[in-house]
Amino acid sequence: MSTPNGTPTKITQGSKTKGGIGESTLRPDGTLKVTGEFAYSSDMWHEDMLWGQILRSTVAHAEIVSIDTSEALALPGVYAVMTYDDLPTEVKNYGLEIQDTPVLAHGKVRHHGEPVAIVAADHPETARRAAAKIKVEYRELPVITDEASATAPDAILVHENRDDHHIGHVPHPNIVHRQPILRGDARQAAERADFVVKGEYTFGMQDQAFLGPESGLAVPDEDGGVHLYIATQWLHSDLRQIAPVLGLPERKVRMTLSGVGGAFGGREDLSMQIHACLLALRTGKPVKIVYNRFESFFGHVHRHPAKLYYEHGATREGKLTHVKCRIVLDGGAYASASPAVVGNASSLSIGPYVVDDVDIEAIALYTNNPPCGAMRGFGAVQACFAYEAQMDKLADAVGMDRVEFRQLNAMEQGTIMPTGQPVDSPAPVAELLRRVKAMPLPPEQQWLAAGEQADVRQLPGGLSNTTHGEGVVRGIGYAVGIKNVGFSEGFDDYSTAKVRMEVVGGEPVATVHTAMAEVGQGGVTVHAQIARTELGVTQVTIHPADTQVGSAGSTSASRQTYVTGGAVKNSCELVREKVLELGRRKFGSYHPAWATAELLLEGGKVVTDGGEVLADLADVLEGESVEVEAEWRHRPTEAFDLRTGQGFGHVQYSFAAHRAVVEVDTELGLVKVIELACAQDVGKALNPLSVIGQIQGGTTQGLGIAVMEEIIVDPKTAKVRNPSFTDYLIPTILDTPTIPVDVLELADDHAPYGLRGIGEAPTLSSTPAVLAAIRNATGLELNRTPVRPEHLTGTA
Amino acid sequence: MRVNFTVNGRPQEADDVWEGESLLYVLRERLGLPGSKNACEQGECGSCTVRLDGVPVCSCLVAAGQVEGREVVTVEGLADYAKQRSCGSSCGTSLQDAQDWAAKGQDSQTGEGTELAPIQQAFIDAGAVQCGFCTPGLLVAADEMLERNPNPSDADIREALSGNLCRCTGYEKIMDAVRLAAARQGEAV
Repeated sequence: MSTPNGTPTKITQGSKTKGGIGESTLRPDGTLKVTGEFAYSSDMWHEDMLWGQILRSTVAHAEIVSIDTSEALALPGVYAVMTYDDLPTEVKNYGLEIQDTPVLAHGKVRHHGEPVAIVAADHPETARRAAAKIKVEYRELPVITDEASATAPDAILVHENRDDHHIGHVPHPNIVHRQPILRGDARQAAERADFVVKGEYTFGMQDQAFLGPESGLAVPDEDGGVHLYIATQWLHSDLRQIAPVLGLPERKVRMTLSGVGGAFGGREDLSMQIHACLLALRTGKPVKIVYNRFESFFGHVHRHPAKLYYEHGATREGKLTHVKCRIVLDGGAYASASPAVVGNASSLSIGPYVVDDVDIEAIALYTNNPPCGAMRGFGAVQACFAYEAQMDKLADAVGMDRVEFRQLNAMEQGTIMPTGQPVDSPAPVAELLRRVKAMPLPPEQQWLAAGEQADVRQLPGGLSNTTHGEGVVRGIGYAVGIKNVGFSEGFDDYSTAKVRMEVVGGEPVATVHTAMAEVGQGGVTVHAQIARTELGVTQVTIHPADTQVGSAGSTSASRQTYVTGGAVKNSCELVREKVLELGRRKFGSYHPAWATAELLLEGGKVVTDGGEVLADLADVLEGESVEVEAEWRHRPTEAFDLRTGQGFGHVQYSFAAHRAVVEVDTELGLVKVIELACAQDVGKALNPLSVIGQIQGGTTQGLGIAVMEEIIVDPKTAKVRNPSFTDYLIPTILDTPTIPVDVLELADDHAPYGLRGIGEAPTLSSTPAVLAAIRNATGLELNRTPVRPEHLTGTA
Repeated sequence: MRVNFTVNGRPQEADDVWEGESLLYVLRERLGLPGSKNACEQGECGSCTVRLDGVPVCSCLVAAGQVEGREVVTVEGLADYAKQRSCGSSCGTSLQDAQDWAAKGQDSQTGEGTELAPIQQAFIDAGAVQCGFCTPGLLVAADEMLERNPNPSDADIREALSGNLCRCTGYEKIMDAVRLAAARQGEAV
C-alpha cells in the first residue's frame, strides 16, 4: 500500500504564542458550566414573565372543523390564547428552504404533534391546563406513511398547490425533491461483473436527543420590537424566518444566543421562537417557553428514516464494476432540510470508493409522519449503513478479506466522485482502515478479569444478570465513510467575524465577536486559539453571539471551525496588517526592519521573522483600537445537474473508519459493544482534546442508531409511540464502550490551517461497523438498523 | 404552600408553592438556582441530580413538599460541600490561609477565579464538558460516588453514573475526569 499524500500544516505566525492553535486549551465556558452558572435558554428568567404553552394536534392528518378557545381564556392566570386567526401578517408559514410549515395550523394538520394554538399564563401549569381546555374538532383523513401510499394514483396530496422550485422536476407532488446521478454506464458495466450482490435496507428514525430542551425568552422592547434569548444553531436564519411573521423589520427583532444544550441538527429548524415572540408582543410581557421531553420529541425534526435498494458488482479480482442504488427518505409532513439531505444521500451514496459506472437516485417523500430534517451526518449516514453492508457481502462473494477488499477499491486524492467532481485533497481511506485494524484488540472474556465471579456489568444484559457468559459470542466489524463538509450545491456559505484589538489594563487584548452558535462543539475555544495565534496575544475575549454582527452561518455540516474559524482568521489577519501599519507609523523611523523584514506578532510583541523584538504591542496600540468586521467565504460550489447529478457540489470531504467489537448473547439477542475504535483524518487538529471529544461523541450517536435508538411511528395512524427517554433509549455510560481514537493530520490546502471539518464523519461509519460485528457474531443478514433482540433471536 | 428547607447550607423559604411543583422547579424558578437541569423532567436523564439529606436523587421526581425541613445540595453548592468534607469537622480558616488571603477578582464572563470542587476541576481539565447540560447532574453523582468509593474501578464508575445521560461526549472524557479526580484525591490524602 502506498503512503497517503499530504503533510501536516506548518504554522509560523504566532507559533511561539501560548494557547494558540494545536494546543488542547480548555473551554472558556468550562468554569461556568461546572458551577451551574452558565445560562442556558431554559434558565432565563425575567421579572413579571409569563409562560407559554403550545397545544399540539392529537392526530396526524385531519381537517380542523373548529377551535374553541373560550374556556381556556376564562381560566384565571391566562393572558392570551392565539390561533391561526390571530397571526398578525400575511406571512403565516416558515421554513429553512421551502416556506411550507404553518406557524399555527390552518384548516388542516399534517402530522401528529403539529402546533394548533398557543397560550400565555402566569404559571407553566396554568398554561398547560388552559391549553388542555382548548377544544379542537378534527375530521380525520387517511394517512400517508410510505412510498407506496405517497405515490399511489389516488394519493391525497400532503401539500396542495405546491409552487416551490422542486415541483417542476419531481415525478409526484408527494415527493419533495429527487436527485438522480448518472455517470458511465452501469448497465453495461454490470456485464463485466463476476459477482453481483443486491440488498434492501431499512434505516430507522433517529432523534437528536440533545439534552437542553427547546426553550427561550422573548422580551418585548419599547420600540415595538422584541428581544429573543434563544438556543439555536443559526441566529440569522432564525431571524430571517421570524421577522416577517411578526410583521417587524429584522432590526426590531434582536436575537442573543443563550446557552445551548446540544443540537446535532435538531435546532436548525425553528421550534418555539415565533410562538414566544407572538405571545410577548400580544401580552406586552416577557414570555418564556420551555418544552418538556415529551414535547421535545414533537418539537423538532428527526433524522430521515430510509429504505435503500442497492446493487453492487465486482470482478473476480475484487474491483468494483458498478453500483446501482435507490434511496427513499421519508421527509414527513414538512420539507425542512429534505432537499439538501437528498443531495447528500445521492452524491455520497457509493461511499469512499472508486466506481466509474453508477446509476443513483435519491428522493424524499412528503408523508404524514413526523417531519425529518437535519441530524449529524445528514443523508450520508443512511447511505453509509447500506453501502458498507453491501461491501461486506461483496467481499464475501469475491472471497476476499473485508478490509482488504475496501482498501483495494478505496478512493484517493484525484478520484472522481459520481458527480464528476475530483477529490482534490488527501483522501486516506485505505490508510484509515489500516490504522483502525492495527489497533490492539480488547482481551477476550473481560467479564472474568475481575475475579472468579463473572462481572455482569461487562456482559450483554448487564446488571439484569441474564448471562454469566453462556451463549455469548464475539464479533468484529469494520466500516469507513465519507461526509461532505460545509453547505453544498452552490449555497453562499459565508461567515462573518468582528475582531478588535486594544490595550486593557496595560495588556494587549483581542475581542472576537461572531454570531456563531456555540452548541457545545467548542467553537469558542478555537476562536480564542486562532486569535492568539494570529495576533500573538494571550488575552482573548469572546463576545456573546448575537445579531449585532453579520451572519456566521449554521453550526451544522461540520463547517464552523472551517468557515467561522476561517472568518476569525481572516479578520485577525486584517487586524494584524492594521496593527503593523500603526507600528510603522509610530516606530518605523527607529528601526529599518519595520520597512524591510517580515513582521510577526508574538507573545504580545512585534518581532521580525528572525526573532528580533521591535516593539511591545501595548505601546503600538496605546490610545488606539483596531477593529475589523469582514465576511469570509470558502471556494464556491455549484448545483448538481437535475438530470445527471453532475457538478462541483461539495467544498471538502471528511473521512473516518471504525472497528467495532461486540459480544452478543445469542440466546436472548442482547448486544454489548465492547470497543469502538476510530481512525479519522482531521486535516489539522486545532484543539486535539476537543477533536477527540467530537469523534467519541459522534461515534456514540452512531452506536445508538445501531442497537437502540428509534422513534416508533404507528404505520396505521402515523402517531409517535415512544416520545420519552423511558421508551426512546440513548446510550448510557454502561452501553458505551471504550473508544480509542487515532487521529491523522493531512492538510487540505484549500482550508484554513489545512483543517478538515470533523464533527459528522464519525457518526457515519460507527453504525455499519457495529452492524457488521453483530453479523460476524451471529451469521445473520440484518438489513435494518437499529437491531433489536427480536431480530437476533428470530422472533421479530 | 410554604416550604422551608436548607439548600447548600443556607435556610431557604419558598412561598406560594403549588402542590404539584417539583423540587427541581422550586430550585430553578423560585430560588434562582438553575444549575440543576431540566433535560427530561421524568427521572430518566439524571441532569437534575441533587443530594437530598446526602442521597443523590432526581429532583424532578421529588415533590417540593417532601423536602420540608431537609437538606439539599445542588451543583451550585458542590465546591463548598467538597471543601467541608475534605477538612472534616474541624473546619475553619487556618492561620496560614488567613495570612495568605487576598481578594481575588472573578471574571463574570468565564467564571475564572471561582473555587471549584476537585470533581469540577477534573471535568474541565479532562475535556468532559461539551454542551454542559448533563454536567451538573454528573458532577453531583460522581462526587457522591467518590465519597463512597475513593478508588473506583471503571465498571464501578460506569455503574454509578449509569443514571446520567450525556449526548455529546460518548462518556470517554467523563470516565477520564472521574479517574483524574480519584487519582488527585488519592494523592492529596
